[in-house]
Amino acid sequence: MRRLTPFLGLFVFIAAWDLAVRLTGAPLVPSPWEAFRGIGELTARGLLVKYVVASLFRVTWGYLLALVFAVPFGIAVGMSPRAQATINPLLQVLRPISPLAWIPIAILWFGVGDFSAVFLIFLASFFPLAVTAMHAVHDVDPVHLRAGENFGMSRGELIAHVVLPAIVPQLIVGMRIALGIAWLVVVAAEMIAVSSGLGFLIVDARNAGNRYDLVVAGMVMIGVIGIVLDLAMRRLEKLDFVRWGYVEG
Amino acid sequence: MSKVEISNLSMRFGSTDVLRDINLSVREGEFVCILGPSGCGKSTLLNIVGGFIQPSAGTASIDGVPVTRPDPRRIFVFQERGVFPWLTVDENVAFGLFRLSEAEKRDRVTRYVQLVGLAGFENAYPRELSGGMKQRLEVARALAVNPDVLYLDEPFGALDSITRLQMRRELLRIWQAEKKTILFVTHDIEESVQLADRVVIMSARPGRIRRILDIDIAHPRDLSAPRYIQLRDIIFSEIGLAHQV
Amino acid sequence: MRRGELILLPLAAVLVLAGAWQLAVMATGTTIFPSPGDVARGLGELAGRGILWSYIGDSLVRVVSGYLAAVIIGIPFGMALGWFPILERIVNPIIQLLRPISPLAWMPLAVIWFGVSNTAPIFLIFLAAFFPIVVASMNAVHNIPPMYLQAGRNFGLSTPRLMAKVIVPATFPPILVSLRIAFGIAWLVLVAAEMIAVDSGLGYLIIDARNAGKRYDLVVGGMLLIGVVGLMIDALFRWGTRTLMRREVTE
Repeated sequence: MRRLTPFLGLFVFIAAWDLAVRLTGAPLVPSPWEAFRGIGELTARGLLVKYVVASLFRVTWGYLLALVFAVPFGIAVGMSPRAQATINPLLQVLRPISPLAWIPIAILWFGVGDFSAVFLIFLASFFPLAVTAMHAVHDVDPVHLRAGENFGMSRGELIAHVVLPAIVPQLIVGMRIALGIAWLVVVAAEMIAVSSGLGFLIVDARNAGNRYDLVVAGMVMIGVIGIVLDLAMRRLEKLDFVRWGYVEG
Repeated sequence: MSKVEISNLSMRFGSTDVLRDINLSVREGEFVCILGPSGCGKSTLLNIVGGFIQPSAGTASIDGVPVTRPDPRRIFVFQERGVFPWLTVDENVAFGLFRLSEAEKRDRVTRYVQLVGLAGFENAYPRELSGGMKQRLEVARALAVNPDVLYLDEPFGALDSITRLQMRRELLRIWQAEKKTILFVTHDIEESVQLADRVVIMSARPGRIRRILDIDIAHPRDLSAPRYIQLRDIIFSEIGLAHQV
Repeated sequence: MRRGELILLPLAAVLVLAGAWQLAVMATGTTIFPSPGDVARGLGELAGRGILWSYIGDSLVRVVSGYLAAVIIGIPFGMALGWFPILERIVNPIIQLLRPISPLAWMPLAVIWFGVSNTAPIFLIFLAAFFPIVVASMNAVHNIPPMYLQAGRNFGLSTPRLMAKVIVPATFPPILVSLRIAFGIAWLVLVAAEMIAVDSGLGYLIIDARNAGKRYDLVVGGMLLIGVVGLMIDALFRWGTRTLMRREVTE
């Protein structure tokens, strides 16, 4: 019975959705079945796979690029109080600029297409990752740094053998949050700036003939992929050499 | 020549006098306990000798060379939290051996894991170990680089009293086997009399040496022998404690 | 590090960045991309036309309405889920399914339900903030050390008193952290929603400046405004957190 309760929740949700559509008789809002058929139709037309791949492609590249740049940057800034005093205020102003506000500039620099989207995802992921790495460096236990120094490590060795492993648990949490934001941003970017991907699917389905069944089908796909990405990141938190960083339980 | 020589050493943090005019020399292979109440600057003293802090005046020298920074020939053992939680037992012990060949690394790791009685836990992570085991792991990590001096800063403070007694016996066994010079900071009077060749009794704020007491009892020490009790009581009265609860 | 450096170093960084920007504009000879001076003039023009403050005001009204609704509904809802395991087992899967749907993806539905009005973007902001707050409140209740509850019961506290004296104070710090994160997401969504669905606000300013005559000076000016206003709100959060948490920190 306990194993079934989550499905009960899902069942209640779908039933309530169906009932609401029937009762209000809203002509535009699709029922669960219509949305489901919508997914079938998209699959048959080959659009589903194409759009999912397009969205994932952009997220993967933007996110990985951000990771490669942001983590060393965050560590370097975090290790030097002076660098931090210099750069942090700038970072704090740039960070709250919604990555989507860069859309006009992205289009100006990279044109309408994948490069623009990758650039926006990069921005969306870079700031949270850099700030996480920077703060995580501050939280490294001084006892561990001193132990490293005591064993005669150079600064580089200290970063590789002490700082990096010490920040990984916090970094993974930051990576999960950043990936969530990246996924949010790719959908928005595709609604505004490109003509493929799941975000585009949603706007296009609405603009071209009020196909709200496809709109909701697109939303379901966005949700499902979002869950898969989040679960994948959560698995990282179970790795043996990072589990110390989380409260057990 | 003495191994560790502290001369006219003073330390101020801002306007607070933490240590004043400390003079102490420690022989090679000697086990010295630095005993004092919380806040007497004994940890600061150990950190200065370890090279982590620079003194305001005076010097600490080892083998005649003034200490200016940490050195792998002298290893500092923190309370158990000094072990790296992201490394296994084996990897922790190997931590300081990063410049050695794989074969030599493996030899040393095996040897010191054995020595501190952690055989069978080579692949365990610190979170799976008890407090006493973590403390032994940290001692093994220190010994593995074959230092000539060990600094221990209240290493057994976080352990329960039974484990603490066992750890003292272990430490003495290791000390006798490895012939290290040990500076051991503690606030536990019994502990100092059980372990040390000499006890350095410090006064609180500013920290000064009140007295240096020779513990002239051979190991293993009988904790109910008259001489043991006599020495312990000397320290009690030196610190100004009536020996009653 | 001396006190002066704390002011001088970031100032130097800003000047170097502005200088590099200016140089890049001059070196490439671009006529589209604005120089720092163009942006300053653009912002001055907006202020002169009276649009600047009204757009900032419109954006703030939207983000604050949606966000407050999310806070007021989300915290009690999340805490209830955390407290009643049955409720959680039924509702949590629905939340986990809805949460990763980008709030922007709700736009078409929001437009059917609320029309093209202020309500649609407010609804999106509500969604953006609601799920993180619910999940954090739920986890905050899970993570109350059982000792606290035991102690509360041991002293014979009634359920409402247990709520007031133990549960709320114990969950307060983690929820506060999530409120700040949720606001960051709400701010991000606000800009996107204004780019798509309405004709005022900072997001609209950016997209309109581009579409109507490629006024990139106004685009960049709008971006800077978004950054500065966002930074000020974040500073407000940090100040609030510090003030409210002093008790916890000094314990």
